[in-house]
Amino acid sequence: MRAKPMNASRREFLKASAMAGGGLIVGFTLPGATRLAQGAAKEARMSAYLRIAPNNEITVVCGLSEMGQGVHTAIPMLVAEELDADWSRVRVEQAGVDQAFANPIFGMQATGGSTSVRGHWEPMRKAGATARAMLIAAAAEIWKADPAECRTERGMVIHASGKKLSYGQLADKAAKLAPPKDVKLKDPTQFNLLGKSGTQRLDTVAKSTGKAKFGLDVYLPGMLTAVIAYPPVPGGKAASVNDAKAKAVPGVRRVVQIPSGVAVLADGYWAAKLGRDALEIQWDHGANASLSSEGISKMLSAGAAAGGAVGRNEGDAKAETPAKKIEAEYEAPYLSHSCMEPLNCTAWVRKDGVEIWAGTQSQGPAQGILAQVAGVAPGKVKVNTMYLGGGFGRRFAPDPVIGATVLSKITGKPVKLVYSREDDTRGYFYRPASVTRMTGGVDADGRATLFTASVACPSIMEGSHFMKLPPDGVDEFGVEGIRDCPYDIPNLRVEYSRQEPGGIQVWFWRSVGHSQNSFFLESFIDELAYAAGKDPFEFRRSLLGKQPRCKGALELAAEKAGWSKPLPAGVHRGIAVVFSFGSWCAQVAEVSVAADGAPKVHRVVAAVDCGMTVNPDIVRRQIESAIVYGLTAALYGKITFKDGRVEQSNFHDYRMLRMNEMPKVEVHIVPSTEAPGGIGEPGTPPIAPAVANAMFAATGKRIRKLPLLG
Amino acid sequence: MVSLVVNGKIREIDAAPDTPLLWVLRDSLRLTGTKFGCGIAQCGACTVHLDGEPVRSCATPVSAAAGKKVTTIEGIGATRAGKAVQAAWIRHDVPQCGYCQSGQIMSASALLAKKRAPSDADIDAAMSGNVCRCGTYNQIRAAIKDAAASAKGA
Repeated sequence: MRAKPMNASRREFLKASAMAGGGLIVGFTLPGATRLAQGAAKEARMSAYLRIAPNNEITVVCGLSEMGQGVHTAIPMLVAEELDADWSRVRVEQAGVDQAFANPIFGMQATGGSTSVRGHWEPMRKAGATARAMLIAAAAEIWKADPAECRTERGMVIHASGKKLSYGQLADKAAKLAPPKDVKLKDPTQFNLLGKSGTQRLDTVAKSTGKAKFGLDVYLPGMLTAVIAYPPVPGGKAASVNDAKAKAVPGVRRVVQIPSGVAVLADGYWAAKLGRDALEIQWDHGANASLSSEGISKMLSAGAAAGGAVGRNEGDAKAETPAKKIEAEYEAPYLSHSCMEPLNCTAWVRKDGVEIWAGTQSQGPAQGILAQVAGVAPGKVKVNTMYLGGGFGRRFAPDPVIGATVLSKITGKPVKLVYSREDDTRGYFYRPASVTRMTGGVDADGRATLFTASVACPSIMEGSHFMKLPPDGVDEFGVEGIRDCPYDIPNLRVEYSRQEPGGIQVWFWRSVGHSQNSFFLESFIDELAYAAGKDPFEFRRSLLGKQPRCKGALELAAEKAGWSKPLPAGVHRGIAVVFSFGSWCAQVAEVSVAADGAPKVHRVVAAVDCGMTVNPDIVRRQIESAIVYGLTAALYGKITFKDGRVEQSNFHDYRMLRMNEMPKVEVHIVPSTEAPGGIGEPGTPPIAPAVANAMFAATGKRIRKLPLLG
Repeated sequence: MVSLVVNGKIREIDAAPDTPLLWVLRDSLRLTGTKFGCGIAQCGACTVHLDGEPVRSCATPVSAAAGKKVTTIEGIGATRAGKAVQAAWIRHDVPQCGYCQSGQIMSASALLAKKRAPSDADIDAAMSGNVCRCGTYNQIRAAIKDAAASAKGA
């Protein structure tokens, strides 16, 4: 998920104005885009980042989607730090779709790629600092004092003489002042909130009482609930439909054919589902009716053997003749994201435009797409972002919002499109399957001299429909995590071969290419360590002389795990370290293997270097969350095809890690003054290789194909 | 017509007897705190109590709830165990995306109502039917133990 970064200078000129009922708004005016977004007439409406009410309540408006990663807490913390706000009076509000909220890293309003804190670290602090400067200026005017004699603390401006005024008391006056062109941000040593433990999430109470509203919780007057019968084979379509029995189900209102399938619209989900069950459809399966996982594996394997576009080439890998050489083929399957909240969207196409309610990661792109679908100007598309019951990249995809909008346009009514769990599991947009062939070599002293990787997998860039393969023909998501191999190996070559089995839509899955490539690389480096007769931790360490932060994370994980200390009988360790999304994460897994080959993960010790942190408690929880997500996939995750059909359907055959399988997890943060890195994804890639490496330590058997349980 | 007692209130619902209780709660009564996750009793997101027993409402026909007391996340705070569990959830900042947490809280409340001091094995047995995709299991375990300790002191 990358796009042109937006012109950063647009954010440098913050505006201020008065709130309708009194108070101060600090925000951003972007005439063209705002008019586009809001459908306002000629005058540009200001997009508020921050509001300070006379009652001292501070509202931070967040354009990013909350999907569990804690962004609805992190963004307000950035503002509150520079504002010296009273945190107990800070609340958060979800922004609509508005280019003023474009993610600075993407240039569009979207949440993903572990970019939120990285992209907003400075702009949101600047908004807070600007408001603070204006409140000080207002107080200084009232007191006829020099602003330099004023300081701020917990929502108050305090004069050297001891006089105080609250931000709420000052907000009206501050709203009449011009915002300063330039504000000085705090030095990190002055932070009171950022980087400190103990700030609770702002969404905890709503999410502990059933009050939090997700996409599925939207109900509109006159709304129909829709489910769609999708073609069972990718690229298939309905050849004939008999909907008589479906229409006879009480509560079913309409049956309509749309490009994605046959939709049943009813009063509520259950009637819609029963209606769909009663449809009689003859499918034209199209070209992919013989698609099988065996065939896909063969295709990818042949691609990896043949090689392809060169993504990295150092030294002379072809000429290198190491003292000892190893070669292996690794494989990873397609994966479904399986968010806890099944995919859904509520849309209402009216004469004056389109309005949707959805847990979406991509408001900006959705606005453009839905404008085309409904045949209206983008400014006529309104997006209400609900809480996301998990995202993991899946909610970046447009299929639910398009489906709901198409159905509302046809019926003229508000339509809630719901995916059943089976629809969600079988709904494609999968993490691509991949096969990678690697060779490695060490010299007589056991030092690595050769590494090559030939990757074969589908292209997410091409599949995304908003990116293109670059001129060198290497899909960056296909090779990330392997092309950026951090180890100092003189002869290193990475190739990529694009293979597209059977029109299966692939997509971004938490940590994207790293999710499989780090398993390949970090398992194979382990193999190379054993080939060299070296300890896997020491072998890695010896190759990281030019990568101090990577080495630091690796060493911290090893130290905290007690790498060289004995373990209980039958328990073995594996280690892995990965750089992704601007952060380094190393993990040590402690694993025992049962007689039937099944691993039990007892403990995971993680170390993360993500630069400066906003909320270290959330950082630790995100790493733990990412470990569970990655471990679930490593142990059980696979989407397979037979006769063109996805074989898995629900949680009984697409297994999830559960409470009784949950390892102890320890997360250690490397103290840092570096710029922030991402945190939602970097914990996912290392766990699969750490566990696989521990299983090798336990059994002497190397598992080169995911999932680990076969 | 089906007559239910939901969170202490009598509710008359026009629904076919085999309609899952989940969809009556959500689509008819608009008690949206109870979540749809899988539809086949595999994830626990839809957990509610019937006469104090945890059930998966997605696989419970509404007819099976007739004449029984239905308690949902919206009403669980009125029970001693539920109140302690919700308070512990908030103290431990358990939720991430939050979607599974209503079901987690309902399962945990049923456990605590029966066992004042649940062991790890008790927690595994009571909670392994509830999937959390964000991986909050260790925080859930800690919150349950804390809720048990605080309820004991109360």
